[in-house]
Amino acid sequence: MFNFVGNVFRNLTRKPATRPYPYQKRAPIAGNRGHLVIDPAVCVYCGLCSKRCPARALAVTRKPNTWTLDPYRCILCGYCVEVCPKHCLSLKPEHGDYS
Amino acid sequence: MAKITVIPFGPQHPVLPEPIQLRLELKDEKVVSAIPALGYVHRGLEKLVETKDYLQTVYLVERVCGICSFIHSVAYCQGIEEMMGVEVPPRARFLRVIWSETHRLHSHLLWLGLLADSFGFENLFMQVWRAREAVLDLQESTAGSRVILGVCCVGGVRRDIDEAGRDQIKATLDRLEQDLHRIVKPILKDYSVQHRTVGVGQISRELTFERGAVGPVARAAGIAQDLRQTGYAAYSELDFQPVVETAGDCYARMLVRFREMSQSIELIRRAMERMPVSPISVPVKGNPDGEIVSRVEQPRGEVVYYLKGNGSKNLARMRIRTPTFANIPALLAMLPGCELANVPVITLSIDPCISCTER
Amino acid sequence: MLKNLIEINLDHLIGAVAAKRAAGYRFVTITCSDLGEAYLGGAYDILYHFDKGLSLETLRVRLPKGSELPSISAEYFAALLVENEIKDLFGIAVTGLALDYEGRFLLSEGAPRKPFRRPEGTAGPETGSPGEGC
Repeated sequence: MFNFVGNVFRNLTRKPATRPYPYQKRAPIAGNRGHLVIDPAVCVYCGLCSKRCPARALAVTRKPNTWTLDPYRCILCGYCVEVCPKHCLSLKPEHGDYS
Repeated sequence: MAKITVIPFGPQHPVLPEPIQLRLELKDEKVVSAIPALGYVHRGLEKLVETKDYLQTVYLVERVCGICSFIHSVAYCQGIEEMMGVEVPPRARFLRVIWSETHRLHSHLLWLGLLADSFGFENLFMQVWRAREAVLDLQESTAGSRVILGVCCVGGVRRDIDEAGRDQIKATLDRLEQDLHRIVKPILKDYSVQHRTVGVGQISRELTFERGAVGPVARAAGIAQDLRQTGYAAYSELDFQPVVETAGDCYARMLVRFREMSQSIELIRRAMERMPVSPISVPVKGNPDGEIVSRVEQPRGEVVYYLKGNGSKNLARMRIRTPTFANIPALLAMLPGCELANVPVITLSIDPCISCTER
Repeated sequence: MLKNLIEINLDHLIGAVAAKRAAGYRFVTITCSDLGEAYLGGAYDILYHFDKGLSLETLRVRLPKGSELPSISAEYFAALLVENEIKDLFGIAVTGLALDYEGRFLLSEGAPRKPFRRPEGTAGPETGSPGEGC
């Protein structure tokens, strides 16, 4: 019958197990495929990434040179990162901010 | 005079994770017959192979189901590799085993939580899903994503597990084992849980075989068949034996999945010990040609992939038969004779994944 | 490249399936593909997969377009789900089903009819013409 007394004491004296989000955010986990980032200076607008994208989230045009990503179609698979010949695409761990 | 009522169970029901409708014919409170109605999440994924080439289809196939997604991609990649004669390096095969087993763990933990919720044991539901979070964090840091891993490709895998990953796997498995040990008593030895599951949804061994049931549903009725015995990926090097029970009721199915969870933890530990050092993928050239059937063991049972290539970069036909599709006829044999209040428990005990069923 | 594949005639289908049942095979699934105009001026390739002791055996039937397919649900009850699906997606007339959904198994009211059929007049998959659009 007094099993729970120890439990109650522990619950009253310990810190909460939860984090006070949004005042304290969790550090992003290193391996996570968070969102797609491009280095525009290196891109040659070959269009290979948009041809290979399984979700048709990328659109690349030559004249004028544009590279557009539809972030809501992107499935973060990383196929474009692998096929880019100039290695200008990468996936950063934080969740993307699309505001 | 007994009154006959017809009530629709589903498609929206608090206990069902995905929509399926069972039209139950009831005599007072006992179910007389059940007729399933599917088609609420039919997405026509098999037709998309006409527009996506065979390398992009890996990502499509992962999204057939959200719970067993990695194992879908393993089945597909194995089929394409066999059709094109590609030999996967040994380290990639062990890595596929490790991620398949973490997927099995997270799927069984999810199922256990849903089953506990179906008979009102919400406390256990939350505790089990909290234990599952450790597995999802592990998948996020080793593979890149919590559930839809995106780490299997034709020719191997895309990522390796380094020293930090191995330490994290060890720590997660130790903690998970302690959590499982703590929840054995409330779920398996509790009087109320046993009252709701022992003897409920009983099905004989012959009827299970005749209705073509697969996975834990068949293994709980005494049929010792597990596709991992064929030794695909690296299972032939891991001394694998299937887990079998004989009672054929909901309690036996729960016991099978519980023991499979402990078995998965053991398999991951063994795979990590025996994993050799080698490249993790080989380059793939050319297009698939011919037809092949690839079968793999998902958490719910046997999944069958029929792939037909014709030398172009699009496959001619991809047919997927998922385990829940095979278990539904067995469910229709379990329901007659049970009480209406037991229908949710029985439906959940076959672990229905309707988005797999309807693709 | 399918191992253990036997090609049979449509008339021998029920007999062959009954033999499999008597020999203790478990029913796995039925696969249907549209062969297009390339074969017999239009046919479907229907494969019946069975399993015994973890080894898969297949029966292959070529069904000319417009013919009826006899159901095997009297032998294997589980087959009726797959046969209803084939009926919906390919528009094949399946006769003798134990439970018939009459075209409403998977497809809803506004869905395209017979979506997996190749369009009339196109070459079949054997010549490798991919579809277009998404």
